[in-house]
Amino acid sequence: MIELVCPAGNFPALKEAVNNGANAVYIGFKDDTNARHFAGLNFNEKNLPKAIDYAHQRGTKVFVAINTYPQPAGWQRWQKAVDLAADLAVDALIMADIGVLDYAAQQHPDLSRHLSVQGSATSYESLRYYQKTFGIKRAVLPRVLSVAQVAQLAQQSPVELEVFGFGSLCIMAEGRCHLSSYVTGESPNTCGACSPAKSVRWEKTAQGLESRLNNVLIDRYQEDENAGYPTLCKGRFNIGKNTFHVLEEPTSLNTIELLPELDKIGIKAIKIEGRQRSPAYTQQVTQVWRQAIDHYYANPTQYTPQTQWSEVLAKVSEGSQTTLGAYSRPWQ
Amino acid sequence: MQLSLGPLLYFWSFDDIQSFYHSMIEQPLDIIYLGETVCSKRRSLNFEQWLALAQELKQLSPETDIVLSTLSLIEAESELKTLRRYCNNGEFRVEANDMAAVNLLVEQGIPFSTGPTINIYNAQTLSILHKQGLQRWVMPVELSAQTLKEILQDLDALGLSGKIATEVFSYGHMPLALSARCFTARAHNLPKDQCDLKCLDYPDGLQVKSQEDQSLFTLNGIQTLSGLRNDLLHEIPDMQSIGVDIVRLSPRRQQMPEIINAYARRINGINDNSPLYTRDENCNGYWYGEPGMIQNP
Repeated sequence: MIELVCPAGNFPALKEAVNNGANAVYIGFKDDTNARHFAGLNFNEKNLPKAIDYAHQRGTKVFVAINTYPQPAGWQRWQKAVDLAADLAVDALIMADIGVLDYAAQQHPDLSRHLSVQGSATSYESLRYYQKTFGIKRAVLPRVLSVAQVAQLAQQSPVELEVFGFGSLCIMAEGRCHLSSYVTGESPNTCGACSPAKSVRWEKTAQGLESRLNNVLIDRYQEDENAGYPTLCKGRFNIGKNTFHVLEEPTSLNTIELLPELDKIGIKAIKIEGRQRSPAYTQQVTQVWRQAIDHYYANPTQYTPQTQWSEVLAKVSEGSQTTLGAYSRPWQ
Repeated sequence: MQLSLGPLLYFWSFDDIQSFYHSMIEQPLDIIYLGETVCSKRRSLNFEQWLALAQELKQLSPETDIVLSTLSLIEAESELKTLRRYCNNGEFRVEANDMAAVNLLVEQGIPFSTGPTINIYNAQTLSILHKQGLQRWVMPVELSAQTLKEILQDLDALGLSGKIATEVFSYGHMPLALSARCFTARAHNLPKDQCDLKCLDYPDGLQVKSQEDQSLFTLNGIQTLSGLRNDLLHEIPDMQSIGVDIVRLSPRRQQMPEIINAYARRINGINDNSPLYTRDENCNGYWYGEPGMIQNP
C-alpha cells in the first residue's frame, strides 16, 4: 500500500498526523539544517524524544529532514543534527547535501537515508549516483516531471520513490532555485527559507494593498481580491505593458485524482507539503488523503475522488485553488 | 588567473552562434564552454554540430581549452540519450550541470568539471566529488566571497590545496532557477509543447519588471535569470587573493569583446578608471553576502 507521509511543524501537528492515519511524519530541527526554518516552528532536543515516542507507540514512522546545504561556518551544526536524529532512533534522514549524505552514511550506516527533494534528482541516472555513492533507500522527486516522465523514471529507478501529493507548489526544480536569495539574501539551500517572513511588508496605499519583499513590490491587490503570501514566484509583475502572474498564480498542488496512476507506476509514498502550516491543516489534509488511499485500495477499479475531499483541500489551498502542476503536460 | 566564456544560455540561430564563436576565438579567452545547457528543444546546433564547432575552434586556437557543457535539467529519456553523447565524446572535457551527467562521467572514470547548477556548498562535497574525478567547479552563484574563502581554507585542511580549480560566475545574467514550465511560452499564452521556439525572439532574454518598473528577472525559456547582470570586474583583486583560478563571463549578444578585454586587462593588473562598457544594469550583492540584486559601488 502506498505510504502517506505527512508534515509536522510542531508536536500538536505531529499528533494530528499520527491520529489521522499518516504512515510517517516528517519533521525538522529548530535551525537552518532544514528547508522550513521558520520562527516558532520545528523540534528541539527536549520535545523531539517525546514526539518520536508518541509516533512510534502508535506505529507511525518518523523521518527527519536535514535537507539544506551547509556552508563551512555551519558544518558542525549539520553533523550534530545527523547524530542527534540517529541517537533518537528515527526511521530515516532526509538529506540533500553530498557532504551530509556522506557523513550520515559513514557514521550511521544502518540508518535509512532518503534523498530530499532539495537534492533535485530528476532522472534515474542521477538517482544511481546517490544510490551507489551513499546507499540511499528512497528519493523524493522534484515537482518538474509529468506523470509519463515519472512512470518512465520509476521503471528504472534503483530506489523507492516518494512524490508530492498535495500542498504549496514549488514551480522551480527544488534545490536549484535562487530567486529568494537574489531578492532577500536568504534561500532554501543556504538558510532553509524562501521569501522569508522578516523581509515581508504589507502596506495599504491609494493604489491598493501592497505586498513587498525586501522592498520589492510583489503584488498589489484591489478590494475584491484575496491577498496571498508574497512568495516571489507567485507575484504579479510586468512584461512590457502586461501585468500578470509571470511565473505562477497562487495555487496549490493536488494530485488526489492521480492516486491510481501513481500506485500503478509503483510510487512507494505520497508526501504532503506544509510543515509551516497549522495543526488543523495537518489534521484536515491527512484525514482526506487517508480516506482517499483507503477508498482506493478497498476497490481500485472504482476509485473516484469525492467532492467533499476537494472542498476540504481547496479551503486550505493557496488562492483557494489547486492544480496538477507539472504532472499535467498543459501546465508546463 | 584564467578567463573563461561560459556556455551560451540564450537561444540564437545557427548563423548567429557560428559567427559569435568565430569572433570569440580571437579574444583573449583561456576556456570556452560550448553546448546547449537550458532547453532540449533548442536545436540550432545538434550535438554533432556542437562537437564540430568545438573541433573547428580547437584547430583555430589549439591553446584554448574547449569544454562541452551539458543540459541542466533532465526530464526525458531522449535528453539522457543526448547527455550520454556529450559525456562520451572522447575528445573534450565535459562540464556536468546535473547529477545525471556526474553519474555518467563517474561510472566511466572520466575526469570532469561542474557548472553552477551543481550544488556544492562545502569542502566535504568537493572532496567526495574530487575522489570521483572532479577537477574544476563553478561556485553556485548565491555564495559569497567569505564562504568561498572558507571553503578553500577547508580544502587546504583536507590536503586538497591546488587539486581542484575554482571558477566564479563573474559577468552576466545569473542563472537563478530551472522549471518544468516554459515562462517565455507562458508570456505568449502558448503551451510548452507548442512554444513556436519563441526564445529565438529574445536573444538576451525577456525582461520582467515589478509593477514599479524595477528590474527583477530575465526569462529564458524554462530558466529564470537575474534581472540585473552580475559584474565582478572590480572584485578581481579579491578573487585573486582568495585563490579563484578562473573568471567566467556569460555570453551576450553585444559588447562581448569590450567586456572580455576589460576583464583581461584587470586580471593583468591594469586598472582602467573609465569602464568601456555599460554598468548601469549590473549587480554584485551575492559576492558581498547580500541579496544578489544589490549593487555595491
